[in-house]
Amino acid sequence: MRVYKKIQKYAGYQYLIGLGVISIIGTICYIFSDLIGYHVVALLLLLAVSILAIFFDILPILVIAIFSALLWNFFFIPPKFTYYVGTPQDVLLFTMYFVVAIMNGVFTTKIRKVEEKVRQREDREKTLHLYNTLLNSLSHELKTPISTMIGVIDILRESSGKLREEQKKELLEEAAIAGIRLDRQVNNLLNMSRVESGIINLQLDWCDINELIFKVLKDNSSEGKYHHIKFEPREDLPYFKIDRGLMETILQNIILNAFQHTPQETTIRITAAEETGKCIVEIADNGPGFPEKSLKSIFDKFQRLNNFPAGGTGLGLSISRGFATAHDGEIILTNLAQGGACFRILIPADTSYSSEIKNDKTRDTGNR
Amino acid sequence: MIKPEILVIDDEPQIRKLLRISLESHDYKVSEAQNGRDGLITAANHPPDLVLLDIGLPDVNGHELLLEFRQWFSKPIIMLSVQNEERDIVKALDNGATDYLSKPFRTGELLARIRSSLRNSQQDKQNYSVITCEDLKIDLISRTIYKNLKPIKLTSTEYNLLVLFAKNEGKVLTHQYILKEIWGVGYQSETQYLRVYVAQLRKKLEDNPNNPKHLITESGVGYRFQ
Repeated sequence: MRVYKKIQKYAGYQYLIGLGVISIIGTICYIFSDLIGYHVVALLLLLAVSILAIFFDILPILVIAIFSALLWNFFFIPPKFTYYVGTPQDVLLFTMYFVVAIMNGVFTTKIRKVEEKVRQREDREKTLHLYNTLLNSLSHELKTPISTMIGVIDILRESSGKLREEQKKELLEEAAIAGIRLDRQVNNLLNMSRVESGIINLQLDWCDINELIFKVLKDNSSEGKYHHIKFEPREDLPYFKIDRGLMETILQNIILNAFQHTPQETTIRITAAEETGKCIVEIADNGPGFPEKSLKSIFDKFQRLNNFPAGGTGLGLSISRGFATAHDGEIILTNLAQGGACFRILIPADTSYSSEIKNDKTRDTGNR
Repeated sequence: MIKPEILVIDDEPQIRKLLRISLESHDYKVSEAQNGRDGLITAANHPPDLVLLDIGLPDVNGHELLLEFRQWFSKPIIMLSVQNEERDIVKALDNGATDYLSKPFRTGELLARIRSSLRNSQQDKQNYSVITCEDLKIDLISRTIYKNLKPIKLTSTEYNLLVLFAKNEGKVLTHQYILKEIWGVGYQSETQYLRVYVAQLRKKLEDNPNNPKHLITESGVGYRFQ
């Protein structure tokens, strides 16, 4: 496919390859011309032109067709080595060859152009569909918190006197949550544009992955209060040289995803490990799992499972995968045999064990 | 009591108004500037006790303005920034910013940072012989640490690290700064040393080392002791 694209890009190559192919076939045919007769040679050359027409542009094909016709005339139609054609039969044959070769070239190219147009239209429709999905999910995810905030302010401004103290408190709490939600979505959009631009400068530094997981769990404690979280940090884990900020976003999105899209009382089990120079974090749940066919596509932009009510822009997992890829890592999603889903984050990273770092002698500061 | 004066330098009128109201309601006197030039002139005419400086100003780069301020202004400067760019924050701290806050920030957080910055600039902890912080007590003369009045054993590096933190209570210290102060020049990139010792300190000092309340990690920037 790549070679084909290259050929399409450089018209000069097309002339070169086309004329070369015809010349080679001509030479081979010439050697065996006594065996096969010049009529068969015409068919062979025609076949070659037809095949080349599938790949080449119209102008090179016309040139190649004319060249092959002249070549056939000169070397094969008796009398050989002249452009003179002896019998009326051969004149007819030569004319027909000429017309068929050219028509072949023209039609094949035309068909290809139509195909390309159809493909472009399909692409356009797909982009439009994606764009509409983006607009829908974005307008929902951004407008909901904005409406909440404006609404709360209006109520407090206009009918504050009619509200009880606890109602006011409740409203303000809602506005505060809406603000955090809006901030989170804007961060998602900014992160997505980082992934899209393809320019992510990794800020590598030693990271205590256990500490990071605890931080993410703490930051999302209100979303996860109805879930059972099981995380036993392994004390023997090394420090990993990774981009802590990106890793935090990866974990944040996947853990939040688990909280938002599994039923209450679901157990979320998190483990962190080191294997063959990779930092591996597993986030597994015993929820309903994913439909088999969406296991891969769920990482695509704007992919959301239909049967879940609470929104999300469908960007979180896509960003996580983008950030993992920036580390040359990957995220693998599988359904577990015992039920539930498991996200496995694998990030290649340098490691440093704390035992390798020389400790100073314990000094008794307590018994003086 | 004299009200401490705070100069707010931010180009967004909404942010200035919000800061003015929340700060005034907490007994601070507030002056405003909408760009870097005005900010410098206002501060020169009437030096404030603390400056809140937005990094993204329309006329001058916030980092350059910070350097200009630091040529003559030694009181706290807290940077405000919309981007949570760690490099930006570290640069500002290395250039002499006292602290930083990323927008959007909570008012409670802002007030806490202002309080601790003002407290640190008013008291010179270098001359203290005992520093206390909630359940912790550090006796610098006998080099003894107490948690809930019980003495705790620390290695000498752990002790030096804790003292550095305690003398800068409430202030974020960058990795580079801490490494230079404790391990000396040449160790600035050995952040894993720091992580090991912070983890050890947490185990000895925190009620729950996994959810620390004294030794807080500032992601990508450094640590804050509180």
